[in-house]
Amino acid sequence: MSKTSKAARSSRAGVKTAGPATGKKKKKWDFRDIATWGPEKHEPGAVIPESGTADQYETGGWRTERPIRDIEKCNDCMICYWGCPDSSIVVKDGKMVGIDLNHCKGCGICAEVCPRDAIEMENEIQARKEEEV
Amino acid sequence: MTRVALTGNGAVALALKQVEPDVMAAYPITPQTEIAQNYAQYVADGAVKTEYIAVESEHSAMSSAIGAAAAGARTVTATSSQGFALMWEMLYIAASLRLPITMPVITRALSGPINIHCDHSDSMGGRDSGWIQLYGEDAQEGYDNAIQAFRIAEHMDVRLPVMTMIDGFIISGAIGPLETVADEDVKNFVGEYQALNPLLNVEQPVTVGAFDSLGGWYFEHKVAQNRAMENAMGVIEEVGAEYGVLTGRDYAHFKTHEIEDAEVVLIAIGSAAGNVKSVVDQLRANGKKVGMMKVRTLRPFPYLQIAEALSGARAIGVMDRADSFGAQGGPLYLEVRSAMLEAQSRPQIFNFIYGLGGRDIFPNDIESAVETLERAAAGEKVSPTRHYLNVREG
Repeated sequence: MSKTSKAARSSRAGVKTAGPATGKKKKKWDFRDIATWGPEKHEPGAVIPESGTADQYETGGWRTERPIRDIEKCNDCMICYWGCPDSSIVVKDGKMVGIDLNHCKGCGICAEVCPRDAIEMENEIQARKEEEV
Repeated sequence: MTRVALTGNGAVALALKQVEPDVMAAYPITPQTEIAQNYAQYVADGAVKTEYIAVESEHSAMSSAIGAAAAGARTVTATSSQGFALMWEMLYIAASLRLPITMPVITRALSGPINIHCDHSDSMGGRDSGWIQLYGEDAQEGYDNAIQAFRIAEHMDVRLPVMTMIDGFIISGAIGPLETVADEDVKNFVGEYQALNPLLNVEQPVTVGAFDSLGGWYFEHKVAQNRAMENAMGVIEEVGAEYGVLTGRDYAHFKTHEIEDAEVVLIAIGSAAGNVKSVVDQLRANGKKVGMMKVRTLRPFPYLQIAEALSGARAIGVMDRADSFGAQGGPLYLEVRSAMLEAQSRPQIFNFIYGLGGRDIFPNDIESAVETLERAAAGEKVSPTRHYLNVREG
């Protein structure tokens, strides 16, 4: 209808397709100046034209307990990986290399399911104090 | 084009069948049940390839429709009354995610007291949910609007859900004549579905429904939603005119009858418009300068066009089949009264509440409304509060 909306639409990163799974691979979403964006620049419906964006947003800030891994006891069985509801067990080359504390909510499932008691939950405030020291 | 005899529900279900959407997610509720039932039968008979999701509630019906539409499917549902109310929070989600879902609503009173009959409490309550709202007078308009809804919702300048109303029982359950459009013509008219940012496009993964906190862009998205509504104003007219070329029945935001020199004008929405029209014709035959307007589009509300069309009247009566408790009057009255501030001249405007819970409205009720307007037009002081038609007082 309005000229502005047509112009704005052409600058959007979104793809129109005649059905699912037919779009072409698009370049990464460029939102560097998003702080200045008006209504027409965003994708309709607040869709983000990328997936897995929660990775860039810290959600572990309200944890009250922190999982601490004992490297000596851990044998990389990956049971904690499957148990973690927040994909916070970091795995590299088949080895459990740590816990993503930016996203870990401290639920304790990893400590509960570990067959070798290699993960213990520690008071978060205590853990932060120890970190500072 | 073929002429058949169908109920209002049957007409709407037929329209949906001819469009043959990818997904139908619906839960049966009186008086919409026949739509859910007929469509399930079409699926069972193999007449359509639609995926029918038999959900356990209307909250789930709308949630499923949202999921399907976000995935990239042309999606429909249908409901009435309490089912509409149960969809409430999801209505807003569908609109704010800009998903072009369409939904016939067979209007029925909201409880309590428990009442299954027609009024507009359900759909009128959803008028600020962000859905486009089109009201039909009869089965033909219900059928025509249901088809046009896809084109309006899916227009790239709109991308908003559309609900199309017909009156419960009075229209939904009554058998009447229907001019159908050929299957092929319907399919060509709605065209191939264009998904926008579909979730199932693995080559371009997207995030739908992300959190937008303080300092985010919620406000900008609400502005965008309203701009889409403004765009819909023209798109509804374009689609209505194109449908007219195809069928001979063209549609605008409203229809007027005998208003050119009318001193008093009645405005109605839904099935009562037919009754009002016949009363207007009778009164015209007796030399009275009476006209009427039938409103089709309530959202977006065509306030400038309405103000222009009605500015010649001396007194206007707005008929509401729903109330807005504690407000100055019913929902349509509030809209029209507000619109008339944009008019060249300022007619007096009165509200007539009628038909709640399926209460009948008779020609003499409509005549009494006209008499009230005539008294006001003649200079007599008439109460600005609600006037009720066919209510028991005593």
